[in-house]
Amino acid sequence: MSEQHEQIFQNRIDAEEKIEPKDWMPEAYRRNLIRQISQHAHSEVIGMQPEGNWITRAPTLHRKAILLAKVQDEGGHGLYLYSAAETLGISREELIDALHEGRAKYASIFNYPAITWADIGAIGWLVDGAAIVNQVSLQRTSYGPYARGMVRICKEESFHQRQGYHIMMTLARGSADQKHMAQDALNRFWWPALMMFGPHDSESAHSAQSMKWKVKRQTNDELRQKFVDQSVAQAEEIGLTIPDPDLIWNEKRGHYDFGEIDWDEFAQVIAGNGPCNRQRLTHHRRAHEDGAWVREAMVSYQKKVQQRREAA
Amino acid sequence: MSEISSEQIKEYVLRLADDAVVQGHRLSEWCSHGPFLEEDLALTNVALDFIGRARMFYAYAAKLADDGSTEDSFAYTRDCREFTNLLIHELPRGDFAFTCVRQYLVDEYSLRFMEELCNSEDPTLAAIAAKAIKESRYHLRRSRDWMLRLGDGTAESNRRMQEALNELWGYTHELFEADRFELSLANAGVAVDPSLLRNEWLTAVSTTCEEATLSLPTENWSVRGGREGIHTEHLGHLLSDLQFLQRAYPGLEW
Ligand SMILES: [Fe+2]
Ligand SMILES: [Fe+2]
Repeated sequence: MSEQHEQIFQNRIDAEEKIEPKDWMPEAYRRNLIRQISQHAHSEVIGMQPEGNWITRAPTLHRKAILLAKVQDEGGHGLYLYSAAETLGISREELIDALHEGRAKYASIFNYPAITWADIGAIGWLVDGAAIVNQVSLQRTSYGPYARGMVRICKEESFHQRQGYHIMMTLARGSADQKHMAQDALNRFWWPALMMFGPHDSESAHSAQSMKWKVKRQTNDELRQKFVDQSVAQAEEIGLTIPDPDLIWNEKRGHYDFGEIDWDEFAQVIAGNGPCNRQRLTHHRRAHEDGAWVREAMVSYQKKVQQRREAA
Repeated sequence: MSEISSEQIKEYVLRLADDAVVQGHRLSEWCSHGPFLEEDLALTNVALDFIGRARMFYAYAAKLADDGSTEDSFAYTRDCREFTNLLIHELPRGDFAFTCVRQYLVDEYSLRFMEELCNSEDPTLAAIAAKAIKESRYHLRRSRDWMLRLGDGTAESNRRMQEALNELWGYTHELFEADRFELSLANAGVAVDPSLLRNEWLTAVSTTCEEATLSLPTENWSVRGGREGIHTEHLGHLLSDLQFLQRAYPGLEW
């Protein structure tokens, strides 16, 4: 019976039909999606921290307003994605508990510190840039609520990347100090940005099945290549150098060849040993705990209002 | 309005700009610290409104100054003594209760203030006020809701709200005090005489507090000085954050 279900399910996927919350789906598909969507949601929310670190210190009121709006968007993305995950029968509280207990992951990039203003430029340009490459591909993911969430999110992401790139451009054309600041940020964020696409396809634990179910539409390496190809010209345009001596145009492939990622570093950060892993989780946990009395008060007030209404 | 110089209007506009930028800054500090995601985003919305308001006022002050000043030169290169915001805005954000009570007290004031400023004979001020009114209505609806929910929520939330109200009360008197300079502008139809807002404000605040099971502080302490640039010790730290880059790398484009 279930084999038959699975065949019908796979046929629907192969026919590019979207799977909706009430549809039958294999338990493994559901779990796989929850893992991916929750990781994506947590990334949006944890990603508010490194950029939030510069909101109070943004160099102009205009930049401050843009950054605030940008970080607010990311929080909004977190909300859409938590809702998409909820359609799979898991609550936001459960997802947040899993994050706090270290059972759920978020993008490893956010475990790097945003220490100068140029890092805000680099994050917008590269991190949002990489996210867009990934999310554009996910607009065609097989799970309906996730795909629709991605369409909505992608609309906002290009503004994010543009504001980041514009910061970098302004710095790169500015004083020697500013240019140095921009190059330094690129040096520190380039490789972690490439790591955002995950391990090589040959090493990726979830890749093959995700592709078959069309949860993922392009492989990690394909997406990474696309990102490298688009970023090289962007760096050149503003006179910054991508910190990779092996980066070279490959006429035959029609793509850039690039150096090997430091996979030990990647593994370390994933395992919780990046520069900011502990800080990010502690920050999120503390905000959540500090807010507990507020959430309790809301529930209590709601009850009182209801009781009064019933008594009246 | 003829006897009022543009230099005087500029000074007045800077007061309002400083109020808004400092309030917006304090709210922006909440980003990623909110009690839940939706509220994090809502606080950011309000922060954005205040920063937007500050930018409109500063831009107008820059135009009036006509000496190369910009919105950013006002915000980023003046020291504490030159900032003329009311003290209530600069107090540290505190816990969520403190932020909510401050926002509520400010919103009740701001809405009435902007409704009056809307009648200014200075058309730019009137136009900025007209935009601000709409925002303030929304802000007030939100902050008043929080007063009720947290005041009449749990014993803990009530205690926190009452403490915040007690801590803030002494800073509310200054909201309604006009110096001679402001009065002369008010008489000329340019500025708002804030003392006229007090009764209505107090009535509204009393009603809300009663409904929120909070008691209005009766103690008679008060702190003032913002309009003369006599600030709390907190403003300097706020400015050292706000102005860090412009101070470390002066005179650049960002
Ligand atoms: Fe996002
Ligand atoms: Fe983004």
